[in-house]
Amino acid sequence: MDLTFSAEDEAFRQEVRQFLVENLPTDLAARVRLEMHLSKAETERWQAILNARGWLAPHWPVEHGGQGWSVTQRFIWDYESSLAHAPRTIAFGLHMLAPVLIKFGNEDQKRHWLPRMLNGSDWWCQGYSEPGAGSDLAAVKTTAVRDGDEYVINGQKTWTSYGQNANMIFCLVRTANTGKRQEGISFVLVDMDQPGVEVRPIITLDGDHEVNEVFFTDARAPVSNLVGEENQGWTYAKYLLTYERTTMAMVGASSASLALLKEIGRTEMKGGRPLGEDPYFAARVAKVEIELENLRTTTMRVVAAAAAGGAPGPESSMLKVKGTEVRQEIVSLMRRALGPYALPFQPDALKPGANVAPVGPAYAPGVTPSYLNSRKLTIYGGSNEVQRNIISKAILKL
Amino acid sequence: MDFKPTADQQMLSDSLRRFIAERYPLHLRAKLVDSAPGYSVEIWRQFADLGVPGALFDPEVGGYGGTPRDIAVVFETLGQAAVSAPFLASLLAGRILAEAGGEADQVLLNQIIAGQAVVAFAHQEPTSRYDLSHVATAASRAGDGWRISGAKAVVSYGEAADSFIVSARTSGALTDADGLSLFLVPSDEPGLSVRGYVGVDGARSAEVSFQDVAVAVGQLLGTEGKAFELIEKVTGLGILALCADGVGALDVVKDMTADYLRTRTQFGQPIGSFQALQHRMATMLIEIEQARSALTNAVAVMDEPRLERERALSAAKYTLGRVSALVAEEAIQMHGGIGMTWELALSHYAKRLIMLDHVLGDVDHHLERYIALSRAA
Repeated sequence: MDLTFSAEDEAFRQEVRQFLVENLPTDLAARVRLEMHLSKAETERWQAILNARGWLAPHWPVEHGGQGWSVTQRFIWDYESSLAHAPRTIAFGLHMLAPVLIKFGNEDQKRHWLPRMLNGSDWWCQGYSEPGAGSDLAAVKTTAVRDGDEYVINGQKTWTSYGQNANMIFCLVRTANTGKRQEGISFVLVDMDQPGVEVRPIITLDGDHEVNEVFFTDARAPVSNLVGEENQGWTYAKYLLTYERTTMAMVGASSASLALLKEIGRTEMKGGRPLGEDPYFAARVAKVEIELENLRTTTMRVVAAAAAGGAPGPESSMLKVKGTEVRQEIVSLMRRALGPYALPFQPDALKPGANVAPVGPAYAPGVTPSYLNSRKLTIYGGSNEVQRNIISKAILKL
Repeated sequence: MDFKPTADQQMLSDSLRRFIAERYPLHLRAKLVDSAPGYSVEIWRQFADLGVPGALFDPEVGGYGGTPRDIAVVFETLGQAAVSAPFLASLLAGRILAEAGGEADQVLLNQIIAGQAVVAFAHQEPTSRYDLSHVATAASRAGDGWRISGAKAVVSYGEAADSFIVSARTSGALTDADGLSLFLVPSDEPGLSVRGYVGVDGARSAEVSFQDVAVAVGQLLGTEGKAFELIEKVTGLGILALCADGVGALDVVKDMTADYLRTRTQFGQPIGSFQALQHRMATMLIEIEQARSALTNAVAVMDEPRLERERALSAAKYTLGRVSALVAEEAIQMHGGIGMTWELALSHYAKRLIMLDHVLGDVDHHLERYIALSRAA
């Protein structure tokens, strides 16, 4: 594999950098850099800027409003936009539901839902996990029962990220109880703006409200919102998950975090010298930097193979495991770097529009919450234990 | 070797545990931490009636214990219940008063023991990190006394304090061990300001600043310029207390996680039946026992000469820092999503364990210190 970028790729990189210089709002980048929270409006503002350039979903085929970018181009975009501290786009529609609709949806569904993802009409969230169905996703109990031209939905989803912002949810629901558990699952799109859908916040250990419980009580969805065939949802769900995992290598985001970590290392002092020069700390930073460099190439190798073969395979589980562990180590080192100033809990300083002088250095308030929040990375999207099971079975054939 | 608690220590631990469970449960405490002082003043007085913080001090200064083992037993019990209140502050400040105070200071120590006064130890500074001799706060001569200026960082229960014991440089360069002095300063002294906040661990701390705060001769504790030895010694007691607190919390987190593995079912069986998790749980258990031994090692040498004592303390704090992070992160991981929630007590124990490494020196600091002390031995 050739790791050098071609002249065209370099020209593309310059184009990306130029775009970011001219279009990335500095107020948003400043907040992202310090691991602060963005409001719904701030995220939508950035997505609208990207959409105006045609870059909100560049990985989509051109006929659906994408750019058909090569693997290398996608990598360059992810890396450069992360290093510039661009906000992350919301993946649930753009990176998770969209590939499913493009592969398994009907023409009406593609024509209706894909443009709405781009123009900001819909904010999607994911209705997969349930209280009794976490790693064992096929245990979903939420039911959808046909009533004329509609499904009537009852049950509960949980860990729904940004559900409080969403107006649409894609759900795994049980439409049959015969045969294997996996065979009675369907993939249905549900409008959240109806009396039968209730969203309740879950506060996480970092004090943030990011995830929710979603309750369905006789909620309704038109049968036209069934994706693919009834009882075949497990196939689509797994296809979606492989896409989800490839976004979890987070090489770009981790590179940006590593830059902040090094900056903290230059600012914090230990024994009269910058902490970054302390051999203990420097060794820890070097080790994770080497891991990240290796992961960058592993990611490109996996994504390139996937591009040749159509869809990402079980190799995406490697990216999820290593990517999340590298990311956790980087934020863990940031916490360590802060020393005693990792202790003050300052959620108010992270809120959009906050005007509170931080206790300790300016980068302090975001670090420990970010460390705590990052513990989710090895749990969600299929826990790393589940990913290792997939690797053992699907790659190693054990 | 017999490190079983004495009958008295066991009795104190049992009554403290019962009292906390009945009168001061976690959900009650959670409501208090967001504003000063961060704990129930009424309950604090009742702790004193039970004999804590008195158990942290020798009988000759009015306490009911004061041995390293007494301190370990008390803090292990507090760690088991994840109680946050000015126990550590009282230990540090009280032991300084006991060692270096005069007759008037004994009155204040009696008030600490009776739960009627809180004294905080203001030593760490915004750029000192964990270096005990790094003190920029200066006390300059003014008439018969001094004027103190400087900033102190992350002072445990600074808002609750009636008085501070503040370290200040009376001579020498920024990081000299020589030239440090300790002063007792009432918190309402002009020029002293306090900005309090809740910590990630559920305890409250404060930034404390001194601007030309006037102190008289009588407020000096011990000998001018010679405070480092005492600062190191009480910090060692603090490290011992934190290690014991950690051991207590580790045991609880281990039990919570094992219980969860027994009850949570996925794929039609308890997740504890999966060998991948069994082995990690076994590793947790082994490491917690190593942490307990590190604490035991430190308790055993607290009355030995400095090098031996401090080396064991650094070994213990290093071990607790390493094991606490491992166990906290593994416990969250094995709980899955529910381990990430504020609602579950586990997440608060985990945060307390993670933050242990940010108080009185982290793993890197104590590893480096252990090597230096070993070379000097």
